[in-house]
Amino acid sequence: MSVDVGGNGSSSPEADPEVRKLDRVVIRFAGDSGDGMQLTGDRFTSEAAAFGNDLATLPNFPAEIRAPQGTLPGVSSFQLHFADYDILTPGDRPDVLVAMNPAALKANYRDLPPGGMLIVNTDEFTKRNLAKVGYETNPLEDDSLASFQVHKVAMATQTQGALESTGLGKKDAERAKNMFALGLLSWMYHRPTEGTERFLREKFARKPDIAEANVLAFRAGWNYGETTESFAVTYQVAPAKLATGTYRQITGNSALAYGIVAAGQCSKLPILLGTYPITPASDILHELSKHKNFGITTFQAEDEIAGIGAALGASYGGALGMTTTSGPGIALKSETIGLAVMTELPLIVIDVQRGGPSTGLPTKTEQADLLQAMFGRNGEAPVPIVAPQSPADCFPAIIDAVRIALTYRTPVLLLSDGAIANGSEPWLVPSVADLPDLSVRFATEPNAPDGSGEFWPYLRDPETLARPWAIPGTAGLEHRIGGLEKQDGNGNISYDPDNHDKMVRLRQAKIDGIEVPDVVVDDPSGEASVLVVGWGSTFGPIGAAARRVRNAGGKVATAHLRHLNPLPANLGDVLAGYSRVVVPEMNLGQLALLLRAKYLVDAVSYTKVAGLPFKAEELQHVFTDIIEGGVKR
Amino acid sequence: MTAIDLGLPSLGGTDLVPTFDGKQSAKEYKSDQEVRWCPGCGDYAVLAAVQGFMPQLGLRRENIVFVSGIGCSSRFPYYMNTYGVHSIHGRAPALATGLAVSRPDLSVWVVTGDGDALSIGGNHLMHTLRRNVNLKILLFNNRIYGLTKGQYSPTSEQGKITKSTPMGSLDHPFNPVSLALGAEASFVARALDSDRKQLTEVLRAAAEHRGTALVEIYQNCPIFNDGAFEVLKEPGERERRIVNLVHGEPIVFGTEGCEYGVVRDLATGAFGVRKVAEVGLDSVVVHDRTVQDPSYAFALSRLTGSDLAHTVTGVFRAVQRPTYDDQARAQVEEAKAAKPADLQGLLRGNDTWTVAG
Repeated sequence: MSVDVGGNGSSSPEADPEVRKLDRVVIRFAGDSGDGMQLTGDRFTSEAAAFGNDLATLPNFPAEIRAPQGTLPGVSSFQLHFADYDILTPGDRPDVLVAMNPAALKANYRDLPPGGMLIVNTDEFTKRNLAKVGYETNPLEDDSLASFQVHKVAMATQTQGALESTGLGKKDAERAKNMFALGLLSWMYHRPTEGTERFLREKFARKPDIAEANVLAFRAGWNYGETTESFAVTYQVAPAKLATGTYRQITGNSALAYGIVAAGQCSKLPILLGTYPITPASDILHELSKHKNFGITTFQAEDEIAGIGAALGASYGGALGMTTTSGPGIALKSETIGLAVMTELPLIVIDVQRGGPSTGLPTKTEQADLLQAMFGRNGEAPVPIVAPQSPADCFPAIIDAVRIALTYRTPVLLLSDGAIANGSEPWLVPSVADLPDLSVRFATEPNAPDGSGEFWPYLRDPETLARPWAIPGTAGLEHRIGGLEKQDGNGNISYDPDNHDKMVRLRQAKIDGIEVPDVVVDDPSGEASVLVVGWGSTFGPIGAAARRVRNAGGKVATAHLRHLNPLPANLGDVLAGYSRVVVPEMNLGQLALLLRAKYLVDAVSYTKVAGLPFKAEELQHVFTDIIEGGVKR
Repeated sequence: MTAIDLGLPSLGGTDLVPTFDGKQSAKEYKSDQEVRWCPGCGDYAVLAAVQGFMPQLGLRRENIVFVSGIGCSSRFPYYMNTYGVHSIHGRAPALATGLAVSRPDLSVWVVTGDGDALSIGGNHLMHTLRRNVNLKILLFNNRIYGLTKGQYSPTSEQGKITKSTPMGSLDHPFNPVSLALGAEASFVARALDSDRKQLTEVLRAAAEHRGTALVEIYQNCPIFNDGAFEVLKEPGERERRIVNLVHGEPIVFGTEGCEYGVVRDLATGAFGVRKVAEVGLDSVVVHDRTVQDPSYAFALSRLTGSDLAHTVTGVFRAVQRPTYDDQARAQVEEAKAAKPADLQGLLRGNDTWTVAG
C-alpha cells in the first residue's frame, strides 16, 4: 500500500480521521547524524512522559560525530516505546519508522514488520543520495516497500515553504525538518505540544529567529497531518497506570549524577569527581559539573589514571572520591583501584560499559566488563560490584554503592552500560526524606589496644572489618599508608609471610561479608522449573520475554542480580531450587562462568554481543525452547 | 568559552594551614620507623634537612601530608611523623592534586624521583605544573633507577653503561628544570643533597610559594651511580661549576666568588658564561626570579648540561599566578552562594507529571 503525499499533495474532501486506540507503540526516528534525530526522539519522549505514558528509549548512533553525509555509517536513530501499561524495554521492532534519507531507510526498514508504517522524507531521495547507499532504483518507486504502509512526505520542501516568510536562508530552513517530522508524529499520536514549543524557545533563547523557525516547522508538521488528510488514522495511547506519585523522565547517566549529588547530601561529605572524558560516560561529568552548589568538585584530569588518582587523594582527605569511565578507562585505572583496595579507602568507580575489546564499539552497549571488574587487578584484590538494571534504577544503585564504600572503606565498582546510560524511562521522583542516612564517623582518638596511645590505622571494626578513616588534620593520629603490605593492626610495612596470608584473607573476608539484600525470584505461577538469572540492562528484555512466555501459558521464574560481588547469600539455594538455570548476557557468558564456579550449577549460557540489547521475542523463544526441551526434574 | 577572572586574593603557600604556636623540633618530625635506605644514600641528607626545616614552618604537624610514588625516594613519607601516602609509580601528583583541591588546610608535599616523576609519571608532573596546584614537589634526581637495581633513567647522561644498556644508553636526557619551565611552572628551583643550608633556603621559598613548586634535588646513589654529582662537591671544582642564583644579584661565580658571570647573547637570547674581568660587571645578568615570561628562567636552565660543566642552583622562577585548587574551591563557593542546595528541587526538575491514586 502506498500513499503519495508529496510536496504538491492535495487535500481530499474533509473528514475527521479515525482515531484508533492502542495500548503501545514503538516509533523509530532515523536519519543522518546531522539531522537531529536524537533531539527529535528526546522531544517525543518528553511529550510521551508529559502525557503520562510509560516509556523506554534506545538511542543508537555512530561513534563518528559527523560521518560522511547520507551514508550508512552516518545513520543515527532513536527508538521510543510508549504504552498505557508498565513496559520493560524500548521495543523489539518499530511499528512506525521515520526515515529522513535513503541511508536511514536502508539501514532500518528490515526491522519494520509487514504492515508497519513508514514515513519517508522524499526530498532526500535524489539519484546521488540513492547511489551513495547502493540503491540502483528508487525504493519509493518500485515495489520493494510494498509490504509497508508508506507515507511519502516532502519534509524539506514543506519546511522551507512554512518558513518562507521568516526570511531564513534555504539551508537554515531545511535544517528544521526534524521538527516538522516531530510535529507530524505529535499530531498522529495526539501528543501535547506546549512542552516542545517551550523547549525550543529555551534552547535557542540566544537565537530567537532559529527558535521561531523550529516552532514554525513543528507546527507545520502538525498542520500537515491535520489538513492534508493523507493520514486516515490517528492513534491514542492512554496514560499508563503507574504507581501514584510524581514522575519525571530520566536517563541512566542523569540518574547516576543525581544519585551522586544525593549521596553527597546523605553522607554530608564533599564530593570530588576526578575523571577523563570517554563515551558513553562523559554525560555524568557534564551533569555533575552543573551542581557545584551541592559541594561537588569536578576535576577533568589529564588522563584516566589522574582522574581516579585525584579521587583517591580526595577520599584520603575525607571527601567522597569518585571516578567515571568506560571499559578502556577501567583498564587504566586498575592499579589505582588496587591501591584503594590496599589502603582501604572509600572510592566509587563507575564503568559505563560499551562494546569491546580495546576501543571496540564506543557508542554501543555490552556487558563484557564483569570479569574485568571482578578480577582485573594484580594480586587478590576483591572489589564489590553493583549493577543498575535500568536508567531510573541508577539512582538507588549508586546510593547503595556509596553505602558499601563508606561502611566498608572499599572501592566499589558500579557497572552501567550504554543502553542504560543513554536510554530513558519515567522515574518516580523519590522524596529526599526517604533517602538513607549515609553519614560517617572519622577516627578522632588513638586506638592502640596496648594502651600505648598510638593510632593503629588497620585495627578493624569487628562487625564490618572496616578500618578507621583517620583524615589529615586530626592531631595524634598521624600515620602513613600505601601500597605495600601492612602489618595487621598497626599498619606498619610488613613482609612477614603469615601476616600477608592473613591480610589477603582479611581483605577478602571484608568484601565477602558485605551485607546485600537477598535476591528476589519472580515466578507468578510458583511452579516454574526454569529460572532465568540476569544482571544489568538485560532486566527489561528478560522481564518482557518472561511475560510473553507466561501469557502463552508457559512457566518461567526470573531473578535479577543487583549485587555481583558479593552475590546475595540466598542465591545458592535459589539456584538449587530449579532444574534449569538460564543466564542471558551481552557477553560470552561471564556471569554464567561465575555461577558455575561458585555454585556448581549447570547453567545454560545464552549470549549475544551485537552492541544492541536483546529483543524480548528472541529471549521468549530461548526460554520456551528450554522449558519445553530440557526439563529434568 | 569565556575566561572568568575569579579575583582571588594572593596568598602565601601555607596561609590556609593552621599554625602551631608552641615550639617544635626536628625530632618530632621523625617517625618511629627504621630508615631503610642504603648506607651513604643522599636521601638521608635530604630527610634530615626536611625534618630540620619543618619546625620552621610553624604549622600543625597533623596538617602536613607527604605523598610519594614508587622508588627509593618514595619511601620518604614513612619516615616523616606527619600524615603520608606511599602511592603508585608516577601517580603521586594526581593523588596530591585531589587531596590539595579538597583540603585547603593542608600543606601537601610530593616526594618523587627522576624515574617516578619524569618517566612513568611525566604526564602528571607536566599537567600539575601547568595547573599550578598548591603542592611542593621534591624531585630527587640521582640519574639512575635504584630500586630496580641500576637501569638508566630519563636524566642519565647519554651513552650510560647500565644493566639494561651494556652498549650505552641511547636516550637524550631531560633537564628537569627546563621541563618544568616548559610547562610554565610558577616555581622552579634546584639544590644539592649535600648543601643543607641552600636546600633549606630553597625549601623555605618553595613552602612560601602558593602554587606548584618544583625543587630538583641532586642526590647521590652510592650503589648504582656513585659520585654522579661529585664534581659539584669537590673543593676547587664546585666553585667553577656551581652557579648559584640570588634574587636581585648579578649572577656570578668562580673561585674568587665573582670570576665568571652569566651574560646574554643578544643575537640568540641564550645565556653564556664569560669572565667578568673581560665583559664588565654591568654586562652580567641580574637575577630576577619574578620575571613573568618563562623564557628567561628557561634560558638560565639551559646553562646546565649533563656534563655539569655549569650547574645552576637556587630559585629560577617564582611568579604569582592563580592556583588550580584555589580557583576550583572558589567556583564551588560561588555556586553555593548563587544557588541553594535544594536536593528535592533538583530531583524533581522542571518537567514532572503526577499519577493520581
